[in-house]
Amino acid sequence: MPESVKAGQPRINDFVVKFANVNGSGSASANGLFARSVMRMGVPVAARNIFPSNIQGLPTWYEVRVTEAGHLGRRGGVDLMVAMNPQTWDRDVAEIESGGYLFYDSTKPLPLARFRDDITVIGVPLTAMCNEAYELPRERQLFKNTIYVGALAALLGMETSAIEELLAEDFAGKDRLIKANVEALRMGIDYVQQHLAPIPLQVRRADAVGDRIYVEGNQAAGLGAVYGGATVCAWYPITPSTSLAEAFTSYCQDLRTDPETGKARYAIVQAEDEIASIGMVVGAGWNGCRAFTATSGPGVSLMTEFIGLSYFAEIPAVIFDVQRGGPSTGMPTRTQQADLLAAAYAGHGDTKHPMLLPADPGECFEMGSLAFDLADRLQTTIFVMLDLDIGMNEWLTKPFQWDDARRLDRGKVMTAEMLEAGADFGRYKEVDGDGIPYRTYPGTHPTKGGYFTRGTSRNPYARYSEEGAVYVDNMERLLRKFDTAKTLVPAPVLRPAKGKATDGVIYFGSTAPAMHEALEMLEAQGRRLNALRVRGFPFADEVFAFIAQHERIYVVEQNRDAQFRTLLTTEGDVDPAKLVPVLHYDGTPITARFIAGAIAERMQLGQIEAAE
Amino acid sequence: MTYILKPQLHHPSLPTNSLGYTRRDYEGSVSTLCAGCGHDSISSAIIQACFELELPPHRVAKLSGIGCSSKTPDYFLGASHGFNTVHGRMPSVLTGANLANRDLIYLGVSGDGDSASIGLGQFAHAIRRGVNMLYIVENNGVYGLTKGQFSATSDKGSKSKRGVVNHDAGIDMVSLALQMGATFVGRSFSGDKAQLVPLIKAGLAHKGAAFIDCISPCVQFNNHNGSTKSFDYVREHNEAVNRLDVITPRDPIHVDYKPGETVRVQQHDGSILSLHKLNELYNPSSRAQALGYLQARQARGQIVTGLLFVDPEAGDLHDAVGTVETPLNALGEAELVPGAAALDRINAALR
Repeated sequence: MPESVKAGQPRINDFVVKFANVNGSGSASANGLFARSVMRMGVPVAARNIFPSNIQGLPTWYEVRVTEAGHLGRRGGVDLMVAMNPQTWDRDVAEIESGGYLFYDSTKPLPLARFRDDITVIGVPLTAMCNEAYELPRERQLFKNTIYVGALAALLGMETSAIEELLAEDFAGKDRLIKANVEALRMGIDYVQQHLAPIPLQVRRADAVGDRIYVEGNQAAGLGAVYGGATVCAWYPITPSTSLAEAFTSYCQDLRTDPETGKARYAIVQAEDEIASIGMVVGAGWNGCRAFTATSGPGVSLMTEFIGLSYFAEIPAVIFDVQRGGPSTGMPTRTQQADLLAAAYAGHGDTKHPMLLPADPGECFEMGSLAFDLADRLQTTIFVMLDLDIGMNEWLTKPFQWDDARRLDRGKVMTAEMLEAGADFGRYKEVDGDGIPYRTYPGTHPTKGGYFTRGTSRNPYARYSEEGAVYVDNMERLLRKFDTAKTLVPAPVLRPAKGKATDGVIYFGSTAPAMHEALEMLEAQGRRLNALRVRGFPFADEVFAFIAQHERIYVVEQNRDAQFRTLLTTEGDVDPAKLVPVLHYDGTPITARFIAGAIAERMQLGQIEAAE
Repeated sequence: MTYILKPQLHHPSLPTNSLGYTRRDYEGSVSTLCAGCGHDSISSAIIQACFELELPPHRVAKLSGIGCSSKTPDYFLGASHGFNTVHGRMPSVLTGANLANRDLIYLGVSGDGDSASIGLGQFAHAIRRGVNMLYIVENNGVYGLTKGQFSATSDKGSKSKRGVVNHDAGIDMVSLALQMGATFVGRSFSGDKAQLVPLIKAGLAHKGAAFIDCISPCVQFNNHNGSTKSFDYVREHNEAVNRLDVITPRDPIHVDYKPGETVRVQQHDGSILSLHKLNELYNPSSRAQALGYLQARQARGQIVTGLLFVDPEAGDLHDAVGTVETPLNALGEAELVPGAAALDRINAALR
């Protein structure tokens, strides 16, 4: 066994642990338990699942960043690898930072060549311990996970009480399970205490979590839809969006069941495909309900015809697009921000659609409810663009908030009373100069307000018309409506540099935490950047003003083709040469090190060019 | 001018129904289909059926896909909301609309191109979910708007206007609807209004997924010798298994047939379907027998028409989903938004 080569410097509450496991081995709950135990000690964590499109057998990883400083993005690199998967051993060992630690199951001796001489190796005979303690193969497998959590807790100096507290909560009412898990946990702790010593990576109690909650973006968005008054959800299972519809279902059961009759104040249909899902959403929206679907890139492709209809016939709809790696089936369990263009311009002919760009689960909740107000107000499809990283990972995020004085904005709806009072109803008639016409719900009035909805050109009174001038008027009004949308989507957030900066950076969505950390890293190198986090499309005027104010803008995004940059150059009067793409698209969440490195390199290059 | 306004003058002596509406109040714009088109007869039958059922016109929502048949909702029930959706996808839009407001009456109008080809999947799934609707396929076996291609309901061996013989098996929408669990299934012929109007009335009054396959000859592209959807062919091969009278709770009951020849079925809304048997063997309360009978007659080249199956006790999608009685689109903040206190509890559980 190799000796510890370099005893690392003590690292308190600031390191990355990565678990390499086999999918389906029950490791997910043990790894989650580890992450939550760190949080129970008041230390923030950022945890990410890196998993295959598979139910059992393929490699899966779980990365836990312990970060008292609150850096919730991925840093890059691994300080402690918990290597539980022989299939991926070599690459897992190779990924450890020099001076880092390798934790492994030492039941069977491994040749020296399988280790590195610049890391510390910690062996615990997990399989042997399990074989001795348990009879059933499933128990041996599951408790192995709990044992390594115990061993890690002892190595990292964690408080056992924090873990036991969580076990008691997770298995409340199942005392036998609590007891068995605590015993397994103790087995790991005892082994380390008898045979090993704590390592310099240490978790110490802190008070840095505050009142934040720990939740997945999909769950938050599903809850947002409940608070946004959505009553119809039609969906088709597709990773990584499935848990959004499932969260909506479960919250509705709790929060939307009529207490007297036990009946549902919602309707959820698992449709036969994505086309039917969006068809149902459009039908329900036409008929005055708040309706949504949750999907991912391939689903958006299938829904495109209906999205065009929603644009032209002006029907409210909400689509949560939890983006994954494309194109085609692409990398279905990996993250990207690569549906931006597909969503923004979905449809044939001239179409464009507002998008909301949440950066964390807290915003998934906020924008998840706001989207329904915007859909009703603008009478069109609103996209909420999550990605797998936000959607399927639990993030530490600000608590959900709701103002009980807030009212659902149902937009411009003409009622029977208004029609009776003699209002001139033209379904596609410009009334207020904002491009938004009035609509009626079907069944409103016996003789007034009825109209025929179609995806074909029509006049302001909804009558079929192929007149060029009538068509152009209508298309121009739709553009005015899109302009109105600009003022309604969430405003961008500026993060100014500490001092004068000539360059700026634009970013959005799940890139935010890694970007913020990268800005600190760059600042430490003396590289100052003003940063603008964009939260909505169409772009607010501030976005183009920000671009105009800087010599150069780095546009950081998680796709190959710089899609966000294309949106900026398409929608605004921007010199494309000014926008420098910083692109990360290997399917893993972007890291602070990557962003800082890419920007530093380009800034340096810029300085050299300027000097020449 | 791409839209033809219909004169709004009413003859003062037009009869009114108990709601005070004349038959004219159930009409729509002037049809832009070809003169003599079977679809216009179906529109006329829908108008007649709604007038006789005394439905408030605005309480009907009419939805369609794309094609000649799907244009027709513009030509009836002008005061109703209509939705000409996308090709083959009317069933999903109707499903969503129905979920939003269970109190309206949903009429889906489609064609064989719209429902048997691109829309076959959505047709099947809307039926199997038991969406409360009347779904009419105006079936002419041909693509009219694109000028005469075979549709998926064209019978194998039938000839196009240009003399091409169809080598693909035809899809029988009635058998499909029966297999998918439709709880009301009928077939009729646009040239037989006496049969069609009561079927539409019964289908509109039915709770659950009601389907009518209505053979509707295309005078331009599928009314020649060698077509199995021409007026002449359908008249010659039509085998009506029963005649239907729909008696609403308000109607006086007439007895036109000898006892023993009629079957009476009461639907959820109180309407009574009085079925006069033309074929003693035919039993419209058995799905299995209906399927067998249809297959046997089809093999002999017969087109079986009439009320082919009905389950008067059927439920619908709202029963399955368990929605509240109030239409979902009428629920307000109090019923929908759980509020800040509930959110605090949710936050606490996520720490």
